[in-house]
Amino acid sequence: MCTYQTEKLAVKGSGKGPEGWFPLTSATVYFDHPAHYPAEHSLNIDFLNLEGGALSRVAVELDPASARELARAILQSIEAVPGH
Amino acid sequence: MKDSLRAESVRLTGHGGDEIEAYVAQPLGDERVGSVVVIHHMPGFDEGMKEITRKFAAHGYLAVCPNLYSREAPGASPDDAAAAVRALGGVPDDRLVGDVRGAVQYLTSLESSNGRVATIGYCSGGRQSFLAACSLPLDAAVDCYGAFVVGTPPEGSPLKIGPIVHLAKDLSCPLLGLFGADDQYPSPEHVAELEEALKQAGKAYEFHSYEGAGHAFFATDRPSYRPEAAKDGWQRIWDFFGRYLDS
Repeated sequence: MCTYQTEKLAVKGSGKGPEGWFPLTSATVYFDHPAHYPAEHSLNIDFLNLEGGALSRVAVELDPASARELARAILQSIEAVPGH
Repeated sequence: MKDSLRAESVRLTGHGGDEIEAYVAQPLGDERVGSVVVIHHMPGFDEGMKEITRKFAAHGYLAVCPNLYSREAPGASPDDAAAAVRALGGVPDDRLVGDVRGAVQYLTSLESSNGRVATIGYCSGGRQSFLAACSLPLDAAVDCYGAFVVGTPPEGSPLKIGPIVHLAKDLSCPLLGLFGADDQYPSPEHVAELEEALKQAGKAYEFHSYEGAGHAFFATDRPSYRPEAAKDGWQRIWDFFGRYLDS
């Protein structure tokens, strides 16, 4: 299936794409068909700067278990530093 | 049947007079033949869609696949373009109809056109094939597992698309629907609701749902590929187009 399940959020930060570093403005998170990872579905994240054009993109396609571990590791890393 | 063909990227005039990228494939022969507008899936204007476009030409039809993401991501790789369009909310329905109208005009202006035109679309393109057939005068249309003809995207989705089953009364041509019984978008219930709407409107349609197949069973480069369903589906398409596109 195409799940069409998509979360879109505004983000601040930088990403490195095929043309070097660029400022990030948004991210989309969706569970859907991957373009490259060999599975029917994956957890996909696109870090984007839509004003910068389609090449301003950092993409990952993760299997669901990896995505959960990544989410846990991100939260653990942030929470380990008081004040953030 | 002669099987020589030519395939190449072209520009055509789409919605609002915009020039958009497209991939055209045409058989090389003296006969006048029917035309097919291939509406690409949500992952975009990719190698798989171009391969399908060539397949129609190899079977004797003029075929063109317009890049519906031309405006947002000119020259970008298909996956980058698809990601940008997803974040921006998808392809607006009115723009889709304008782009398909442009593709129809492009094909019917070719010397070898017999004037008959069909649309076929996959995934999001399945819904758009139905939309085009309810908005433009066509000779046939094929909906391959198009989601949200019936039903709505999950809450919070940035995709600005909604159900269009109410347009069934405006369907201009026979509709062939090919679906996977294991699919959830569209689910068997969604397919049944569309079928009921077509019955109520007195429209000609032919639906086939394949057990053991889900979404994207035609996509040979994806794990969702189901050879048996795809093989039968292609035969249904050739039979259907033989009835409605051939002179």
